[in-house]
Amino acid sequence: MRRREFLAFSATSIGGVLVYSLDRHLTRVSAQTKSSSQIIRVPLRFFTQSEALIVAAAASRIFPSDESGPGANEAGAVIYIDRQLAGPWGRDRRRYTQPPFDEDAMAEFGYQGKATPRDIYREALKGLEGFDSLSPSDQDKKLKQIENTRFFALLRLNPLEGMFSDPIHGGNADMVGWQLIGFPGPQMSWAGDVDKHFGEAFRPAPMSLIQVLPGRKLHPTEDEDLKS
Amino acid sequence: MKTLRAVDVVIVGGGWSGLLMAKELGARTSLSVVVLERGEPHTPGPADYATGMDELDYVTRSRLMQDYSKETVSLRHTPRERALPIRQLGSFLPGTGIGGAGEHWGALFPRYTPDLFELRTKTIERYGVEKLPENHSIQDWGVTWQEIEPYYAKAEQLVGISGKAGNLNGKKIEGGNIFEGPRSTEYPMPPLKTASLPSLFNDAAKSLGYHPYPNACAVNSRTYKNSDGLSRPGCFYCGFCDHYGCMIGAKSQPSNTLLPIVAKQKRVTIRTNITVRRILADSEKTNAKVRGVSYIDASGEEVFQPADLVFVATWTFNNTRLLMLSNLGEPYDPATGKGTLGKNLTHQIQFGVQAFFDKPLNRFMGAGGVGVRMSDFDGDAFDHSQLPFLRGGIFYATSTGAQPIASFGVVPRATKSRWGSEWKKAAIDSYDRTGTVTFAGEHIAYKSNFMSLDPIYRDDLGDPLLCLTLDWNDNERKMAEFALPKSVELIKTMGGKDVISFPGYGHYDATRYQSTHVQGGTIMSPSPETGVLNPYSQHWRYSNLFVLGASAFPQQGAANPTPTILALTLRTADAIVDRYTKTPGSLL
Repeated sequence: MRRREFLAFSATSIGGVLVYSLDRHLTRVSAQTKSSSQIIRVPLRFFTQSEALIVAAAASRIFPSDESGPGANEAGAVIYIDRQLAGPWGRDRRRYTQPPFDEDAMAEFGYQGKATPRDIYREALKGLEGFDSLSPSDQDKKLKQIENTRFFALLRLNPLEGMFSDPIHGGNADMVGWQLIGFPGPQMSWAGDVDKHFGEAFRPAPMSLIQVLPGRKLHPTEDEDLKS
Repeated sequence: MKTLRAVDVVIVGGGWSGLLMAKELGARTSLSVVVLERGEPHTPGPADYATGMDELDYVTRSRLMQDYSKETVSLRHTPRERALPIRQLGSFLPGTGIGGAGEHWGALFPRYTPDLFELRTKTIERYGVEKLPENHSIQDWGVTWQEIEPYYAKAEQLVGISGKAGNLNGKKIEGGNIFEGPRSTEYPMPPLKTASLPSLFNDAAKSLGYHPYPNACAVNSRTYKNSDGLSRPGCFYCGFCDHYGCMIGAKSQPSNTLLPIVAKQKRVTIRTNITVRRILADSEKTNAKVRGVSYIDASGEEVFQPADLVFVATWTFNNTRLLMLSNLGEPYDPATGKGTLGKNLTHQIQFGVQAFFDKPLNRFMGAGGVGVRMSDFDGDAFDHSQLPFLRGGIFYATSTGAQPIASFGVVPRATKSRWGSEWKKAAIDSYDRTGTVTFAGEHIAYKSNFMSLDPIYRDDLGDPLLCLTLDWNDNERKMAEFALPKSVELIKTMGGKDVISFPGYGHYDATRYQSTHVQGGTIMSPSPETGVLNPYSQHWRYSNLFVLGASAFPQQGAANPTPTILALTLRTADAIVDRYTKTPGSLL
């Protein structure tokens, strides 16, 4: 068993409440106290610490924190990605992976390669050593060089999922992604509103699954057949 | 192989058609019935979905869909190519478990147009035989509108449909679909509420002289007690609908509409985690019969389940594949036109144009059925004599509950980047101002689109995968070219700006979702030379074998297939109960 790796965040960089699962138990980490000295250490399931720092830096270029609002960093998207790669998706648990593979197939047949998302990340991250210490413009240059790779397709998509999925999956901390676009999350009923508010923004405050269903046992797919 | 105790009836597949047949036989006969379902069981009612409002697990990770790691289908565009497996879910989304795709469906419930059932006859009548495209495989079903209409009505009462009639016994009614076939009954419930974008579509279509109407759908607009006395609540418009199971049971699904009845029927048994491998038959006799099915049970043991009557009621692909693996019937050969098993594979054409609106649309509210459509260009509602294609489709706008992972990232054409600050700003700005007008068109049957067994790729048990030979042809491309400017005109009239158009159809693309409407393979037809089943979904050769579901459809209509699946299943159930149980044999 490999040494347990952690990713450290300062509480301010998260800015709210981070909900995450440690040893398969749901835990709530309060980061409300905005003291820069408070450090939150999140255990990693798949990445090494240095891999996580590269992915976090890259995710921040895909979905930056800037004048239009918080980005992948505040959402904790790298935590989301780490869990997805450790779970069934990262292992291609539900993809058809019988040979023969045909890597040169037309795009209409979809991804035909053998490599799993875990393989793709791990291999590509070897070529990005030191990425997290580059300047933002050098980081963008580097990303542009790999824009046509399978890895980049995942790297573009996964931070977005980490921005906008329910916080139960490790990203979207404090629902920053949902607040950014006015998505209210899973709420029981809009029966009184669906045919009203035409032409005006109707923006109820977002709620997460844990808030909507307090005390209910939730089973995110990434926790299925997780190796202990 | 262990032989289990014989039962009267085996039903393979616990989705809409399988559970519906089980319910009918359980309620109206004394037959012992066993339903064999590949996936997981369900608690009757909506309880299993109480914690399911999660886009990542249910949409992105497809929790309710078939597990492709065990079995998928392969695809090639022409018989000359080597097929490749479709390795991840894409252009269609088969379900799994009790309820099948009927659990995660969008619950639209429109009927087909009457002429579709006699497509060959009606097309030749109006345009002459020369209008049929080269390479087509268009044929009649062997049932007519008059025969199927009462069963559509029955299905609507059972499932619980919200909508507005547009043709009640021949009387056209404004505000409903005036192009529909004459209906004997009004929908059981009034339409669902109309959300922002569909309301813009409604006004625009009217102003252009068209005839928009609210979707007919299997989502309750109020509390509804169905023909079995089962009561379910009205919709909350939470927006977690298509791809999900309904947490309150307002969307009709087999698990909340059929299972509560079936689960109480003493003579019906449901077995889950069962993989049926073969239908066994005595082929030598002149009066050929099937004997039952072999399956792998939940513990991994292969057993034989004898039965007097076998229903194959899985999704389109598995219906066809199970008959092929069991050597029941002659595989279709496109070169000679001989054989019937696997022919007339049809999917659907479906594409949207997107545009940006000045004001927000509050797209997160809605349900699978919330929307407005128009059928002015559906089927043969318009004259095709000067047009380079046959048939047509439906234009619509919906508010099904836009979810952020799937819908974030659409940006105006001026934004060139697809990541980084510029793109992020534009995507946030556009997020709730993006609207879509969709066209869902008919995919006609061709000789060159068919199913066979793959020579290379196998499932987790070592059986060959089903192979689709499928590509788009000129009729679809010309229809899309005809529909595209109309979609653009509609969305501009709605106030949409900076329209993102549709590039048109190249080759069939397994990664681009069209719809989960896939038809054909074990088609019904008026004669055994042209189809696998007779018009009662009964096998032409094996009279105690029935195949239910859209695999029996020789054609696809632009409308969603489930109403027709249920209507045909109810028609077969009547014939079994009224006639077959008294005199087993051909129902013709």
